[in-house]
Amino acid sequence: MTFFTELGRYLLMIKGMFSKPENTKMYWKEFMHQCSEIGIGSLGIVTIISVFIGAVSALQTAYQLVSPLIPKSTIAQIVRDTVILEFAPTLVCIVLAGVVGSKIASELGNMRVSEQIDALEIMGINTKTYLILPKILAAMLTIPMLVVISMGLGIWGGRLASSLSGIVDINVFDKGLLENFQPYNVFFAIVKGYTFAYLISSIPAYYGYHVEGGSLEIGRASTKAVVVSCVAILFADYIISALLL
Amino acid sequence: MIEVKNIKKGFGDKVVINGVSAVMQTGKCNLIIGASGSGKTVLMKCMVGLFEPDSGEILYENQNFTAMEDEDKKEVRKQIGMLFQGSALFDSQTVEKNIMFPLDMFTKDSYSKKLKRVNEVLERVQMKDVNKKFPAELSGGMKKRVGIARAIVLNPKYLFCDEPNSGLDPQTSLVIDKLIKEITTEYNITTIVNTHDMNSVMEIGDNIMYMYKGDKEWEGTREQIIFSKSERLNEFIFASEFLKDAKDMRMLEMSGKIDNNRNMDDLIK
Repeated sequence: MTFFTELGRYLLMIKGMFSKPENTKMYWKEFMHQCSEIGIGSLGIVTIISVFIGAVSALQTAYQLVSPLIPKSTIAQIVRDTVILEFAPTLVCIVLAGVVGSKIASELGNMRVSEQIDALEIMGINTKTYLILPKILAAMLTIPMLVVISMGLGIWGGRLASSLSGIVDINVFDKGLLENFQPYNVFFAIVKGYTFAYLISSIPAYYGYHVEGGSLEIGRASTKAVVVSCVAILFADYIISALLL
Repeated sequence: MIEVKNIKKGFGDKVVINGVSAVMQTGKCNLIIGASGSGKTVLMKCMVGLFEPDSGEILYENQNFTAMEDEDKKEVRKQIGMLFQGSALFDSQTVEKNIMFPLDMFTKDSYSKKLKRVNEVLERVQMKDVNKKFPAELSGGMKKRVGIARAIVLNPKYLFCDEPNSGLDPQTSLVIDKLIKEITTEYNITTIVNTHDMNSVMEIGDNIMYMYKGDKEWEGTREQIIFSKSERLNEFIFASEFLKDAKDMRMLEMSGKIDNNRNMDDLIK
């Protein structure tokens, strides 16, 4: 299938999502369920990744800053800005593309193959609205929150590693964190968070919803969904950086 | 009543249904039979709107379903119950939640009223104490019965069953067939069953349509099928020597040449 055919089907799926819910209460319930699955379900992995990327970036920055002319507090500034600008939104979202994306693709793929989606259609339910929209909205609500949590945990991880390894004194690190801080960077990271959240949820939903075949195809769709989501994240990362920085 | 008028459907260059017309009668079990790949599932999916036919019309009580807007189609679909080949139960939900789902979505009844209705339909399909079980904990026959319960919970006017006996042992198949037949008569609904199970044909087939490579080859009742002259139909239904002998015996019985209340002991002697 050509790129444009797939893009067309993807856009039609997005268009098809916007219809009047049959029962608002049921849709709200599904939305909250997805918030829990995507947000709370990913909190553990986000915590681990964030702390370690912060810690490693602190150690590696210190390793490279050998000049005595550069103050130690610079390490804190570099850790802070790299975590806020790139690690928290991009790296965390790439990991979430694997965790959340594969789950969405395989869940919808399994529902398609086992005719559960057909069963919902027969009942008179718009399956795109009921199954896909809550996932995308839940991802767009919870993933930017996870990005913000990741920022805090990443910086904390850098601070912890710096003090444990004795590279920088905690007071110096804290002083460095406050130097030349630009709140715009946080805004930039949140914009990235929203964009990536949309990509992480809608691309796997597309691949899962359109699975044809059996369990092998579900696996293939899941893998393809993760790969395409990751490439889309990197592409979007470049575009947003070029536009907003 | 559902009327199918000159339905054609193909995928790419391959024609799967080639101008089929039929009438599915109310209060009767309308069977679509045929070998695998004959187009019966595609025809059923066209009838419920899962596939868009290339040409032709499908009329529900003289209303053209194929020409309807999506919102109007939804209204018709609310009157349809469907039992899928693999039951299509929601894996992550209990039996009770599965059956309650259409009630949750389309009614504003209280929980106790919905639960009462769920228990009613579960009792109707002879299932007890399974409310809190998950589909993975049920046998094939039980899943089918839960599928039927979910299909009839909103009192549909039309019941579609796609190969209800696939993967079931002969005894359980009979139970499912009996259940479909009873529900059809009890609720006076239009039932359409896709099958290639010959027991079903002889047990519940009020109106039978045989499909061969996308065409309607034969149509009639289960009594007429015995005397059918269609070679393809006879080859399909009475495929084994045993079934051919059974057909000959049945023909003799029906024409009064054999006493159908004969004693087996007399025959053995």
